Amino acid sequence: MSASDAPATARLTAHLHRRARWRWPEIVFWLAILALIFALPSRAGIINEALIAGLFALSLDLILGLTGILSLGHAAFLGLGAYSAAILATRGFADPMLGLAFGAGIAALVGLVTAPLLLRGGDLTRLMVTLGVSLMLGELANRNGWLTGGADGLNFSIAPVLALFPIGFTGQRNAALYSFAVLFILVVIARRLACSPFGLALAAIRENRLRAGALGVGASRRIVAIYTVAAAYAGAAGALLAQTTQIVSLDLFDFHRSADVMLMLIIGGAGYLYGGLIGAAAFIVLRDVVSAATPEYWEFWIGLALVILVLAGRERIAAAPRRLIALIAPRAAPRGVA
Amino acid sequence: MSAPALEARGLTRHFGALIATDDVAFALQPGARQALIGPNGAGKTTLINLLTGVLKPTAGQVWLQGRDVTHLASSARVRMGLSRTFQINQLFPDLTPAESLALAISERDGSGADFWRVAGGGPEIVAEIESLLTLFSLESDFDRPTRKLPYGKQRLLEIALALATRPRVLLLDEPAAGVPEEERRDILAALAALPSEVAILLIEHDMDLVFNFAERISVLVAGKLLTEGEPEAIAADERVRAVYLGEDAHG
Repeated sequence: MSASDAPATARLTAHLHRRARWRWPEIVFWLAILALIFALPSRAGIINEALIAGLFALSLDLILGLTGILSLGHAAFLGLGAYSAAILATRGFADPMLGLAFGAGIAALVGLVTAPLLLRGGDLTRLMVTLGVSLMLGELANRNGWLTGGADGLNFSIAPVLALFPIGFTGQRNAALYSFAVLFILVVIARRLACSPFGLALAAIRENRLRAGALGVGASRRIVAIYTVAAAYAGAAGALLAQTTQIVSLDLFDFHRSADVMLMLIIGGAGYLYGGLIGAAAFIVLRDVVSAATPEYWEFWIGLALVILVLAGRERIAAAPRRLIALIAPRAAPRGVA
Repeated sequence: MSAPALEARGLTRHFGALIATDDVAFALQPGARQALIGPNGAGKTTLINLLTGVLKPTAGQVWLQGRDVTHLASSARVRMGLSRTFQINQLFPDLTPAESLALAISERDGSGADFWRVAGGGPEIVAEIESLLTLFSLESDFDRPTRKLPYGKQRLLEIALALATRPRVLLLDEPAAGVPEEERRDILAALAALPSEVAILLIEHDMDLVFNFAERISVLVAGKLLTEGEPEAIAADERVRAVYLGEDAHG
C-alpha cells in the first residue's frame, strides 16, 4: 500500500470514517421512535420519560463509556438542570428553550468547577467524590427553601415550545416530540464529538492513559472538557424533565437516580452512544410492566432482573452491544493476514 | 555550540531506601545514535521514565532542547519533541492501528482538541498514516483491533506510534524485545530509516543490535553512570566486562 495506491487509500479513508457514517439501522431507530409517539398518544407520557432517561444515560456514556470515568453522582447535574429551569420559569421566564439552555448551562458550569476533583486518585476515589458532590447539592437544595421550595419542591407553568406547542399534562405528545427533538440534536452532536480527534483522544485515555500521555494527549484538560459536556447533557435532561412535568422535587438529586442511570447504561451497553437510549427504554418498560403486575413489590423484581442480567448474562450483555455496533457501524470485513 | 537535545543534570530518584537513579549526568546530542546498556535492575527504565516525565525526580533536572522541563508533564514534553517507546507494549487494545496513528498525528499537528471534524479525515493525515503503515509492515492489519494483532505486529505499532509524533528526541526501551528474528529486521530497517537529525537513545540487551546501531554507548550500573564512550572503547573496558561477566545470563 503506497500513497499512490488509490484503492488502499480509499479503504483506509473509509475505515477512519466508518463510525461517522449514518447507517440504516440508526435511521430506522429514530423513525421508529417518531412513529411510536404518533401511534401511541396515550403512552406519550412514558415515551417522554424514556427519551429523557435516555438523554441522561447518554450523558453518563460520554464520561463512563467514552472516557472510562466512573460517576455515582450524576443525578447532581440532572437536579441542577431541573431546578435551574424550574426557578427560571417561576421568575416569569417561561420559554422552554430558554429554560433548557439555562439548565444545561448551570449544570455545565458546576461540571466545569467540580471536574478537577476527578483528576486525582482511582475509580473508588471518583465514585466517592461524585457521590459526595451530589449529596451536597441535594442538601443545598433542601436547605435553601426560599429558592427551591425545599421539601415541597416547585410547581410552575411553562410557555408553549416555539410559542406554538403547549407541553405538559395537556400536551403530552408535544412534550414527547420536544424531548425527541432535543435528544436527536444532542445525539448528533455527541456522534460528531465521538468521531473527532477529541473523541479519539478520550478513547485513548480510557484504553491506556500512560500511552495517551506519551503521544501528547493532555488527559486532564480532555477529562475536564468531556465532564463539562456530560454535565450539560444531564442538565438538559433535567430541564426537559422539569418542563414536561412542570414540577421539581428533591428526589431529583437522590442517589437512586445516579444508580438507575448507571444500570440503564450497563443494560444497554456503554461506549457506543445508543446503549443508554436502549437501556433507558428497557429499564422503563420493565419497570412499567412489572409495577403494573405487582404494584407493591415491583422493586423486588427489578432487582432480581438486574442481578440475573449482570451475573448470568454478563457475556451476553457484553456481546449484545457489540453485535449492535456491528449492525450500526460495521467494521470493514475482517481479512486474514496477507 | 548548540545545546544538547536532551540532558540530565544530577538526576536522582529514590524509591524509599532504594536509590534507583543516582546523580546521573548525561547528554544526548542532536542527531545522536546512542545506546544505554546495563545489567537487569541497573535503572535504565527508571531513567527513561524520569527523562520523559512519567516519574518525578527526587533531585536534579531534565533539559530538553535547551529548556528546563523538570516540572513539565509528559504530554507537554511530547509536544516539545520528546517521544518514547515502552519496554512492555502500551497500546490501545480496542482501537485499530489506523485509529491509533490518526490520534498520534492529530495530537502532533495541533488538531487534537478538534471535536467536530472526523478524526484522520484529511488527505494529508491519511497519506501519512499510509506511509507509516507501510514502513512498519502493518498495511494488511490497519483495520483490526490492536488486541487481535500478533505480538510482533504490536511491537511494530509501538514504534510507529512514537514516530508518528515526529520526535526530535526518541527513546527506545528495548524495541526488539520478544520480537521474532524476521520481524526484528523490520524494526532495524525502520530505525535505520529515521531522519538523521533525530537524536536516538536505544536501551537494549541484544549486544549485536547495540554495536550495530550505536555510535556512542553509556553504561548504567546500580543507578549510576559507570562509563560512556565509543563502542570500541566500551567493548574493551575492563569494568564493563566485569559487570557483564558477573551476569552470565547476558553473555
